[in-house]
Amino acid sequence: MAQKRVLMKGNEVIAEAAIRAGCRNYFGYPITPQTEVMHYMAKKMVQIGGNFVQAESEVSAINMVYGAAAAGARAMTSSSSPGISLKQEGISYIAGAELPAVVVNIVRAGPGLGGILPAQSDYFQAVKGGGHGDYRNIVIAPASVQELYEMTVEAFNLADKYRMLAMIMGDGTLGQMMEPVAFRDEEPIEKIEKPWAAVGRGGRDFHNTVTSIYIDPDDLEAKNKELSEKYAYIQENEVRYEEIGTDDAEVVLVAYSTCSRICKNVIKQAAEMGIKVGMIRPITLWPFPSKIISEVADKPNVKAFLDVELSQGQMVEDVRLAVLGKKPVHFYGRNGGNLPTQKEILDEIIKIREGGNV
Amino acid sequence: MVDFSVILAGFGGQGILSAGKMLAEAALYDDHEVSWFPSYGPEMRGGTANCSVVISDEPIGSPVVNYADVVVCLNQPSAEKFESYLKPGAILIIDSSLFSYEPTRDDIKYIPMPASEIATELGNMAFATISMIGCLATATGCIKRDTFESALYEILPERRHKFIPGNMAAFDKGAEYAQ
Repeated sequence: MAQKRVLMKGNEVIAEAAIRAGCRNYFGYPITPQTEVMHYMAKKMVQIGGNFVQAESEVSAINMVYGAAAAGARAMTSSSSPGISLKQEGISYIAGAELPAVVVNIVRAGPGLGGILPAQSDYFQAVKGGGHGDYRNIVIAPASVQELYEMTVEAFNLADKYRMLAMIMGDGTLGQMMEPVAFRDEEPIEKIEKPWAAVGRGGRDFHNTVTSIYIDPDDLEAKNKELSEKYAYIQENEVRYEEIGTDDAEVVLVAYSTCSRICKNVIKQAAEMGIKVGMIRPITLWPFPSKIISEVADKPNVKAFLDVELSQGQMVEDVRLAVLGKKPVHFYGRNGGNLPTQKEILDEIIKIREGGNV
Repeated sequence: MVDFSVILAGFGGQGILSAGKMLAEAALYDDHEVSWFPSYGPEMRGGTANCSVVISDEPIGSPVVNYADVVVCLNQPSAEKFESYLKPGAILIIDSSLFSYEPTRDDIKYIPMPASEIATELGNMAFATISMIGCLATATGCIKRDTFESALYEILPERRHKFIPGNMAAFDKGAEYAQ
């Protein structure tokens, strides 16, 4: 049963969702625009007997997550872009040790210290590695405060299920804005046994070791292959996306999170002008919804794609790989903390149609 | 159909962000879709603060407002900055007790109102922004008076309910300037 809608800030909803998902271990270091996640945790963890640590750095925080996760506990850290860069070593180790953990990135504009306003320019970092070695993270991109809640809970379930890191990718807009959210009376928590957890022997005749070191090349290669098989299974089974109006659309937008919200209004505005526009909104950025994009590219009504991002063009590479040259893929991006307006995107659609470049 | 964008702006500490939240809460009480987005830029410390509130019957796209139906300003730099954000025919409300301002556009409705004076008379400076919400709500019809009052009873903790009649007096005073 959903409760009555309340007005809450995105960052606070992430923290509330984590607690509802059973997370009792939060480690963080403050950085705008995600600090309210920490504030909320600092206040609540004490009340419910959980662990809250403001670490001395982002590097410490992610390694505390590693430790708590190795002991089988649900653990989370959150940060924003420069802080997430610092966490990459730990993220790679978590992937190597196959530990379930949730990391939240409320993305701000970069590179470097950049600015503190919203961006989507950490896409490459999130889905293509970020840290070293052959690994993947599940990357989920909510588009509203309600989704921040539901998908943070789901991130914990997916992390436990696959013993890997699940990342919530938001941006400064989503983290800072207040929107109504309706909490459930009870969370759909999937209780997963963790016989691998390093919690002491407890009378067993063996002890568990959590590690990411495999010195023997054949052992490591076997591990790499095992991880690949897991990732392939996830690609087959855990892709999430939203598809709008692609059956009669002439131009199909591809956008996620904050950009997808603006694009939804563009679709309505275009329809009033007699222009049929559709959208594929990736919800999981990894695994990427390549298959559906490829299928939509095959539709005769679809003349072109327009990828819209708060970056200089990152996800568009994956869109082009999925479309495989079957239709032109255009790009429109804003950066530095700016958001595109409906008019800018609509103008871009009109330009694509008029240019005959469809 | 309701589809309504407001920018509230002033110096940090004038209660701009709280006023925006109250407006958003009242809209939620009316079961609209609503978003509230603060300026969280580096300009906040000692400088200007603003927030955008969008109220709609449809899911909200961008919570960042570029074309506003109403701009409420409690200082001159904000009025200078945000006048250009107004849609044609939209409303600019300023606190004329704090500064005087001549709008540069003639395609907008300009309402200077002595919000801080109203608040002083009612004995609580926090009522200044409420009187301006009273004005904007009445001028646009986006929130009904009774809805706003009921929302206050719902959001404020009971120990603060004693302030609600004062808030509503400020709201009503502000409403007088809406004509």
